[in-house]
Amino acid sequence: MIFDIFLVEAIINGILFGGVLALLALGLNLVFGVVDVVWICYAELVMVGMYSIYWGNNHFGLPLVICVVIAIFAVALLGFLIHFLVIRPILGTPPINQLLVTGGLLFFMQSLATLLFTGDFRNLGLHLPVLELAEMYISFSRLIAFVTALLAMVALYMFLKRTYLGAAIRAISQDREVVVLMGVNPQRVYLVASALGGGLAGLGAALLILQYDVHPLIGISFGPITFMICVLGGLGNMIGGFIAAFVMSQLISLGGFFLETEWGYVIAFVFFIIMMFIRPQGLFGNRS
Amino acid sequence: MLELNNLTAGYGSFQALFSVNLEVKDGEAIAVIGPNGAGKTTLLRTISGMLPVQSGNLSMEGTSLKDVPPYRIIDLGIAHVPENRRLFPSMSIEDNLRMGAFTPNARPHYEERLDFIFNLFPRLKERRSQIAGTLSGGEQQMCAIGRALMSSPKLLLMDEPSAGLAPVIVNQVFQLVQQIRDQGLTVLIVEQNIEQVLQIVDRAYLMEVGSIKISGKAGELIQSESLRKAYVGL
Ligand SMILES: Nc1ncnc2c1ncn2[C@@H]1O[C@H](COP(=O)(O)OP(=O)(O)OP(=O)(O)O)[C@@H](O)[C@H]1O
Ligand SMILES: [Mg+2]
Repeated sequence: MIFDIFLVEAIINGILFGGVLALLALGLNLVFGVVDVVWICYAELVMVGMYSIYWGNNHFGLPLVICVVIAIFAVALLGFLIHFLVIRPILGTPPINQLLVTGGLLFFMQSLATLLFTGDFRNLGLHLPVLELAEMYISFSRLIAFVTALLAMVALYMFLKRTYLGAAIRAISQDREVVVLMGVNPQRVYLVASALGGGLAGLGAALLILQYDVHPLIGISFGPITFMICVLGGLGNMIGGFIAAFVMSQLISLGGFFLETEWGYVIAFVFFIIMMFIRPQGLFGNRS
Repeated sequence: MLELNNLTAGYGSFQALFSVNLEVKDGEAIAVIGPNGAGKTTLLRTISGMLPVQSGNLSMEGTSLKDVPPYRIIDLGIAHVPENRRLFPSMSIEDNLRMGAFTPNARPHYEERLDFIFNLFPRLKERRSQIAGTLSGGEQQMCAIGRALMSSPKLLLMDEPSAGLAPVIVNQVFQLVQQIRDQGLTVLIVEQNIEQVLQIVDRAYLMEVGSIKISGKAGELIQSESLRKAYVGL
């Protein structure tokens, strides 16, 4: 009986963890779907967001909510600038260039963060309660993160479904030539999508800093898994990424439950590799 | 309305249009006919800004289109139904039509235009939330034409609207083009269904390897010996 309760707890934690991963995957997929460029440095944007929240709160003593809003806008601006300054000049050149420039940005941001903030682990020093529910312990910060991530995804969904700009974002990922005939300026949509992708990374940062210490290499913890989720769901496929996030988080959580936390990641990565052999286009991919 | 003077265009170093002169007057329906690879699609793509002009001139109601960015062409009243329809396949009919009204000028008239198009194509109304990729060829063509009409254009460019459709549907498409022009819209249509298209347009141009070979009144072209010779079986 006790065993079952722990299992249920692990499953619930897996679901909660999946929410934040789904949010990050959505941001990365959004940029990829629209601009057709993979931001290898996406998790480093999250790191920048975490540092801005930490700094605003700890150094300048700003209220946490204000710091979060600032972080979202700051990382959105960063996303905008990455597209404007780095991606735009290489659009239309061989795809390897995308890897090189966004990979370069990854190391640049990591090194800059080490220079500015040293390699120390830092946290907000928050002590959020742990909820006890039928003998299960659920961390309140995880619950907040999950609910916020879901709300953000619903908001994004509404935006994509209900607005002209949202329709243009969906349309451009299907036919980037023909949208021009309808009066869409692709360069502007690229900038909007990049800023949105940045904003989602900023929000992801706010949710992760509730649970994790920030340090210059924090991106390693979330970058590869986010990328794998996107590939597993079919790159650019937002619904696929959403589902894949929960599959991966559940594997990590259950692997951690039956073995050890590290094994959870090993199992998830092995699952990913096997799936790539079986379905290289991703679970829900239809692009070639 | 639309004027092309010695227009030259192509793909990189490949020249596909050689010094094309063409005029579309207000309220006219004009056809451009010609064999595969003649440059008909290239002509329409150059008019709507998808391809840059290499030399020569083109203007819409006196405004030169040469320096207008491609995404601004629609603001001048030109809408383009592209070759192979090119709908957004995973979006619904309604979302495809919404994209047709994307420009700030068109947005306030969205509801009104949607009614107009649903009136023209009751079938689209029945299926408004169906995903475009799952529509039949004829329905897709209706949706593509509807999408172009959403912006209340003055000039409609159509690239082989009857291609790949069953004969019955082809007749419907031509009836529809007739209906659209009866409402006062100016139409420039590219077609391979020469006999049928010549019955609904005022004038036509015959294009071969990137240049205009013959032009004239549709009624006269139907009788034309050289056209008959070029297209045996007509
Ligand atoms: N993207 C492209 N790049 C290079 N050449 C092209 C391209 N598109 C078309 N061409 C060439 O330009 C010429 C004109 O092609 P275009 O598509 O305009 O012909 P078309 O008259 O529309 O033919 P069809 O009736 O088959 O549609 C052809 O020789 C074609 O090979
Ligand atoms: Mg063609």
